[in-house]
Amino acid sequence: MLDPADEAPLLELRGLTYTATTATLLDDVSAALPATGVTAIIGANGAGKTTLLRLLAGLLTPTAGEIDWSLAGSARRTAMVFQRPVILRRSVDANIRHAIAPLGLNEAEAARRVDEALAVCRLDHLRTAPARRLSGGEQQRLALARALARKPDVLLLDEPCASLDPQSTAAIEAIVRQAAAASTAVVLVTHDIAQAQRLAAWVMFLDAGRLIEHSRAGAFFAGPQTAEARDYLAGRLPPIAPGDEGS
Amino acid sequence: MQEALEALGLAGRLIVSMDGDVLEIVALSLQVSLTAVAVSCLIGLPLGALLAMTRFRGRNVLIVLNNALMGLPPVVVGLAIYLAISRAGPFGVFGLLYTPTAMIIAQTVLVLPIVTALARQTIEDLNAEYDDYLRSLGLGIGGRLRTLLWDGRTGLITAAIAGMGRAIAEVGAVIIVGGNIDHVTRVMTTAIALETSKGELALAMALGIILMAISLALNAATHALRGDAMRRMYA
Ligand SMILES: Nc1ncnc2c1ncn2[C@@H]1O[C@H](COP(=O)(O)OP(=O)(O)OP(=O)(O)O)[C@@H](O)[C@H]1O
Ligand SMILES: [Mg+2]
Repeated sequence: MLDPADEAPLLELRGLTYTATTATLLDDVSAALPATGVTAIIGANGAGKTTLLRLLAGLLTPTAGEIDWSLAGSARRTAMVFQRPVILRRSVDANIRHAIAPLGLNEAEAARRVDEALAVCRLDHLRTAPARRLSGGEQQRLALARALARKPDVLLLDEPCASLDPQSTAAIEAIVRQAAAASTAVVLVTHDIAQAQRLAAWVMFLDAGRLIEHSRAGAFFAGPQTAEARDYLAGRLPPIAPGDEGS
Repeated sequence: MQEALEALGLAGRLIVSMDGDVLEIVALSLQVSLTAVAVSCLIGLPLGALLAMTRFRGRNVLIVLNNALMGLPPVVVGLAIYLAISRAGPFGVFGLLYTPTAMIIAQTVLVLPIVTALARQTIEDLNAEYDDYLRSLGLGIGGRLRTLLWDGRTGLITAAIAGMGRAIAEVGAVIIVGGNIDHVTRVMTTAIALETSKGELALAMALGIILMAISLALNAATHALRGDAMRRMYA
């Protein structure tokens, strides 16, 4: 396995563990995240992908281990697009304005970023529309527009194309590729294997809260090292444990 | 019957002719109640929102206490404030008894718990939806509070209107601390109560009609606000 730290890592996870009251949702995850390019996080439902993103976004505090941002210098702005986008009860452009308000930009720069984000996410025609009247896919594009307008160092995307039509998916993939090529680290959770193949430079495969594979996307998709990853890619159920076989 | 009809006719004339006394009483009612609602919103909206956003020991006690205060009988509130501000009371030196200020205080005590409770409900639901996102933007409690108050505006304005409804229709507390003094502390409800007991039905009816109209207008405003919010899906 190549070391992702080879290409200028942005942050390092060391023994990252998160335990809720009853269960360990993330178990001793160690990895380095490159400063640019897309890292895809894949794994079955409930594997802990969203939990990992929430830790990266600072929404959860690790129970053990740490996220070392020291490599990122002072810059450590994250933006997260949630699995279910949260849309404020305001117009489309006011949603974007609100997202960048904490950055304290001057008016000209703020206006420029709003325009740019609207254009990139093809929401120009909906600029003044009440944001919650947008369709599901349009709301997802708005969530991405808000995140991009923040010009984050790390862009955390939790299944951003889950309810998008093929055209919007292609548009978003183009946006993500562009952001990743510039100076943004993109962490993308997706169940769309083809999408991961199209976008990702690195793959992290989570299984029951453990990071069991972390390798270059090409190598991972050509030959996953673990049986779990092979089964996931093949869409097979995990083998029945001995004793569970029933009659 | 004959008497009532005559009074109704007189009442109608009082309203149409914009009688000076009637206008003065209505204006004072609105001034007292709007001020009480404004003060209640200034305190109750952020307080309710903070109760919704934070978890601390004693929070549940505060919520139960506030809900209990919502049901306070106005006459009891009036009595308590009377005792506090009468000459012998702890705040007697301010000479507030039988002034509009005393009435504003009484109505604030009645309205504040309502505004606080309704604000807490509105913001609690909204916060459950928004909290992760707002935190992901790096917003502190102040920024999150401002976002929630603005996005909860429909529910919060409804809460303020509900408070206004209680304030303007209340008689028990203001009659005790205001005293229904002509040209000084006479408001719609106290005038209705006392004019009726004196047999002055025309003025009482005129004020009653105006009070009902205000009540209806408040309800209509709530309804229109909801409708507009629904249309934009901001409700
Ligand atoms: N507070 C909690 N307490 C206990 N279990 C939790 C808690 N929050 C989440 N979980 C569980 O943790 C597991 C991991 O959740 P997570 O949301 O990270 O999964 P995921 O990999 O994103 O799944 P999906 O692909 O379905 O989105 C799930 O089984 C979930 O039910
Ligand atoms: Mg998830």
